[in-house]
Amino acid sequence: MELYGGYMNIDNKQKGELKANNLTCVRGEKTIFSKVNFTLSRGEALLVTGPNGIGKSSLLRVLSGFLKPSKGELSWRDGSVYQNIEEYRTLVHFVGHSDCIKSSLTVFEHLLFWSRLRGNSSSAYEALERTGLLNLAQTPGRFLSAGQKKRVSIARLISTYSPLWFLDEPTVTLDADSEKKLEELIIDHRSGGGIVVVATHSKFRLDQALNLDMGLKAIEEDESEKQKLKTYENKNKQDTWEEW
Amino acid sequence: MTKAKNFRLNFHFLANPARFIRFTNKIFPWVLIIAIASIVSGLILGLAIVPPDYQQGDAYRIIFVHVPSAWMGLFIYAVMAFSCAVGIIWRHPLAFLISKASAPIGACFTFICLLTGSLWGQPMWGTWWVWDARLTSMLVLLFLYIGYIALNSAFQDSHKGARASSILVLVGVINLPIVKFSVDWWNTLHQPATISKIDSPSIDSSMIAPLLLMIVGFMTYYFTTLIIRVRSEIIDRRIKKIRLEQTRAMNE
Amino acid sequence: MVMKGKNYLSGNNSASFVAIFKRDIRLALRNGIGSFIAVIFFVITVTLFPLAVGPELNLLTRVAPGVLWVCALLSTMLSLDSLFREDFEDGNLEQIVLGVLPLELVVLSKAFAHWVTTGLPLIICAPVLAVLLNMSGKGFIVLILSLLLGTPALSMIGTVGAALTVSLRRGGVLIALLVLPLSVPILIFGVGAVEGAIFGLGERSPLLILAGGFVASLVLAPIASAAALKMAVE
Repeated sequence: MELYGGYMNIDNKQKGELKANNLTCVRGEKTIFSKVNFTLSRGEALLVTGPNGIGKSSLLRVLSGFLKPSKGELSWRDGSVYQNIEEYRTLVHFVGHSDCIKSSLTVFEHLLFWSRLRGNSSSAYEALERTGLLNLAQTPGRFLSAGQKKRVSIARLISTYSPLWFLDEPTVTLDADSEKKLEELIIDHRSGGGIVVVATHSKFRLDQALNLDMGLKAIEEDESEKQKLKTYENKNKQDTWEEW
Repeated sequence: MTKAKNFRLNFHFLANPARFIRFTNKIFPWVLIIAIASIVSGLILGLAIVPPDYQQGDAYRIIFVHVPSAWMGLFIYAVMAFSCAVGIIWRHPLAFLISKASAPIGACFTFICLLTGSLWGQPMWGTWWVWDARLTSMLVLLFLYIGYIALNSAFQDSHKGARASSILVLVGVINLPIVKFSVDWWNTLHQPATISKIDSPSIDSSMIAPLLLMIVGFMTYYFTTLIIRVRSEIIDRRIKKIRLEQTRAMNE
Repeated sequence: MVMKGKNYLSGNNSASFVAIFKRDIRLALRNGIGSFIAVIFFVITVTLFPLAVGPELNLLTRVAPGVLWVCALLSTMLSLDSLFREDFEDGNLEQIVLGVLPLELVVLSKAFAHWVTTGLPLIICAPVLAVLLNMSGKGFIVLILSLLLGTPALSMIGTVGAALTVSLRRGGVLIALLVLPLSVPILIFGVGAVEGAIFGLGERSPLLILAGGFVASLVLAPIASAAALKMAVE
């Protein structure tokens, strides 16, 4: 576990492990989201909701360390994530829209590969068992249905331990049974001190979770933006290169 | 701290787009005047006044275009490499804009260099193209320019395109001396060394003045077109942003 | 800056280096004929040359090193497109970025796998094709040596093009445009070494320079490719 360095000091119970302060994301000329604030402590979860195209996925990509926010700070245990982004990334499990499945590799080979990427000895079989995929272990990816592919991605979450789970629309192709299993896994993870962020536009049961409604937020932002624009127009000038 | 402040003061005119445009508005006419004056006087001096070469006759006069454009081809690539490095390190959008705006100008100069080299080759060697080491290196440089322009424009997101193509420029600038070295080596392997000597006739002192004038002229011409291109790019982005805001307002 | 706080040679790193390498090899093997397209392309383009320039043996001897090298270069380019693209499109590149292995080493691992699946078969085929092109005896060993040094360098240089175009839908054509000018020196010294051996001009110095190019590409290309990949997963 030396891999996690100082991060894995579990006794050290701190408040506010993952802190987003004023996160703003601009891509191209477009502001995707702005001023996202939250604080998540050990065992807490965040449900990000809102309509399509509001920036849920981009937020998760920022949290996972793929995308650097244009403004604001993301910190983990009192230190900025960007001081050592590569090490921070190894603490993240990310399940995105893409299924990560190769048509010619078996389910078991996928899990083995992913855990090797983390440098861990894998508990791939256990992960398959808990997600009910054991009978598919030797099946190549090309024979899997969309829901099964998603379940393989979910099995990745428990094949190696990472404290941060960022799930983007995890339930979209899942049946009721698998959805329930995912809920159980999340409860397990949180009781072990892990942090979970789920982005979804549908209903997802996440007990005692903070809720970030990006749709509502965007409307509020727009109001304040308009106010600002008015003052901008009065001044009639741009302040920085980034803001033209 | 004071050093950082000084740096900021020195580059104060680039602090924001509006200020950049104001600054360039001020210097633009002067740069343009210098460009026109030195190109015109350089051409008159070089094409009419300087005496013909005893060996090559009047044909050599093409060096007053050929040599400065070869210089500019290399110089602009160096400018691009520098601004790409600045852009990657400090993420200053102006740096990316400068390299993006420079590329077609540099490619044109490189092409002119190749064209004039080929035209010069006809009376000298009796053929339109000789695989001379310098011309070959310039040809590779032209490919590097084209690669940069193609990669930059292939991205929908202009910021991403700018960053990706910057990496390419930096790789290219490391590669270019190696290309030069390898082409030189290849040239000596395949051709007797005497041929490449014709390429660099011993420069008479009377030729230096028009040559320098042409270099100054091309340099200032580069600056004028650079200013125009960067400004139009700034305005273009501004328009895009306004359109975006308008469509957002319409949706509501 | 990138390397700060990373232990490049830790056991975890070497395990995942090997994992990526093995997986890429496995994918290539299971891909069947698809992964040998580069070699097939190599063989076919080389056989086109005698058909184009005529079967005169002296002429073939003269052009053999150049033809073999240009065709090897083109077939290496051909297979570069899928180097990162498949992983990018199915999301595995994101998982690789989240892994412990620094991206520079990921690039190295994938380039090594690419070389084993394309460069190595080319080198095995090259002597046979050299016979078809009537290459003289002294050239064979130097041909293999120069390809052994040159094709990995081409794979490394190619990673830069592949990484820069990974997020573009029509990246394949662009890769050639970006990478071919960069690989001019490798081509020149590769052909130079073989010709030096055949025509008695000496093959030692071009081979040494080729080795230098190989080492330089091994060190520099992963840095550029990793920077491009980081940008691609944003």
